[in-house]
Amino acid sequence: MTALTREETEALIQEVLEVYPEKAKKDREKHLAVNDQSIEQSKKCITSNRKSLPGVMTIRGCAYAGSKGVVWGPIKDMIHISHGPVGCGQYSRAGRRNYYVGTTGVNTFGTMNFTSDFQEKDIVFGGDKKLAKLIGEIEQLFPLNKGISVQSECQIGLIGDDIEAVSKKAAKEIDKPVVPVRCEGFRGVSQSLGHHIANDAIRDWVLPRRDGKAFEGTPYDVAVIGDYNIGGDAWSSRILLEEMGLRVVAQWSGDGTIAEMEKTPYVKVNLIHCYRSMNYIARHMEEKYSIPWMEYNFFGPTKVAESLRAIAALFDDKIKEGAERVIAKYQPLMQAVIDKYKPRLQGKRVMLYVGGLRPRHVIGAYEDLGMEVVGTGYEFGHNDDYDRTIKDMGNATLLYDDVTGFEFEEFVKKVKPDLVGSGIKEKFIFQKMGVPFRQMHSWDYSGPYHGYDGFAIFARDMDMTLNNPCWSKITAPWLNKDGSLAEKKAA
Amino acid sequence: MANIMIQGSKGAYVFYLPKRDLEDAIVSMEFDTPEKWGGEIKLNNGGTYYIEPQTAPARLPISLRAKRLDAAE
Repeated sequence: MTALTREETEALIQEVLEVYPEKAKKDREKHLAVNDQSIEQSKKCITSNRKSLPGVMTIRGCAYAGSKGVVWGPIKDMIHISHGPVGCGQYSRAGRRNYYVGTTGVNTFGTMNFTSDFQEKDIVFGGDKKLAKLIGEIEQLFPLNKGISVQSECQIGLIGDDIEAVSKKAAKEIDKPVVPVRCEGFRGVSQSLGHHIANDAIRDWVLPRRDGKAFEGTPYDVAVIGDYNIGGDAWSSRILLEEMGLRVVAQWSGDGTIAEMEKTPYVKVNLIHCYRSMNYIARHMEEKYSIPWMEYNFFGPTKVAESLRAIAALFDDKIKEGAERVIAKYQPLMQAVIDKYKPRLQGKRVMLYVGGLRPRHVIGAYEDLGMEVVGTGYEFGHNDDYDRTIKDMGNATLLYDDVTGFEFEEFVKKVKPDLVGSGIKEKFIFQKMGVPFRQMHSWDYSGPYHGYDGFAIFARDMDMTLNNPCWSKITAPWLNKDGSLAEKKAA
Repeated sequence: MANIMIQGSKGAYVFYLPKRDLEDAIVSMEFDTPEKWGGEIKLNNGGTYYIEPQTAPARLPISLRAKRLDAAE
């Protein structure tokens, strides 16, 4: 099927909107758009960061997910208490595969779940005493922890516990940072506010801890911000930066430590990968410590080379040479990857629906493989994300914000992409429909995808999924062999 | 009153309102001299804010309190 024209795409959006009641239709209409590269500001074509409609199936998370799951969780040498009932912590435990080195349970705690396990009596009488006791127990059982963060679940805000007071008192007692984070799940419209709250907590409770202390710096100190080391992403990014002569002082927050974060105010440049979740702290450091920041993109050789050169441009000739050297070193390797996979993937069309930075960042990697991204959307993006996306996407492609389960299915049925990249909640419906699918939140249990090494894995994974012979042999369970809708059987 | 941040450099200021994650270019600022700086600021999106006139900050970005006169949307 050839690409849709602008009129066809607009008609498709209208067709999908048809099923909604009047009011819902009006609301959803604003979140669906046809890309027009001539538009400078995204809000002229798309609305984002609004409350999801009640009744539709959204795949957004909550503020707690944004803080504990994304920003704080990967800091490996701290213990992150899921303060509240046990479920939130358990269901978000280790699902994001933020890799780290260390001995779990001794000096690193990334995949463990610490919770205050609220019961009815804690809701009635308050959980502050329990929290204080819990911190004492943690200190006794895991003495090598470097700090504790208290990640509030919904109940904490609802019953009005004073976790700040408990944290301050406990911090004095154990002589380690204890950070209260007010990331109750009901705050905001998506996990995006959780990122913001988490950033603010780092700003207030972590960064000032080393103000005015000595630091042996070099002119080449940088911090990698917003790389969560999913499947080892931060490692495959870090080696490139180190190879070109930079010194990576801190990794935020994949495989990161609290000591690294405290040292970040001494770096020369902050390099931001996930803009959505960590731009807040970068802006703060720019204001308070005069550290410039820049966004970079380490998906696919074209973008990696572009980014390495842009990063090197901020430093002296030694680094610029280093960047060229790194690019030249990997060029033949990448060419071999492209030569191998491009013929198998050329011209294939992809639809994405993910969060954070991926809806726009991975476009370059697909283009390196000769593939085309025909639709993209953010779970929890804001206007500035779409501003950046419009230029990367082709004209007349689909943009969808906080797409509902129904809309996404209909789009895929009509646009018929060769590959869909989205999350676990979409994975099985599309696989049952016989559409090749990659879970692009945590790289479908593969990875890393960042950097040059990551691209080789990315290309292999895309080929493996797309050219798998199984897809044509699948009939969706709700369809008959001839494609008509199967009759409902009583359960 | 809202906390805002002004970034960029003279002539190309960028306005950032963290609470709404609103980032936009400032098209005009009432006073823009080293002695008197601030006043009514107009954004690219049509919104208008007011910051108390003050001496120009030594460096940007700077966080300030701003009053909303007329928000876009």
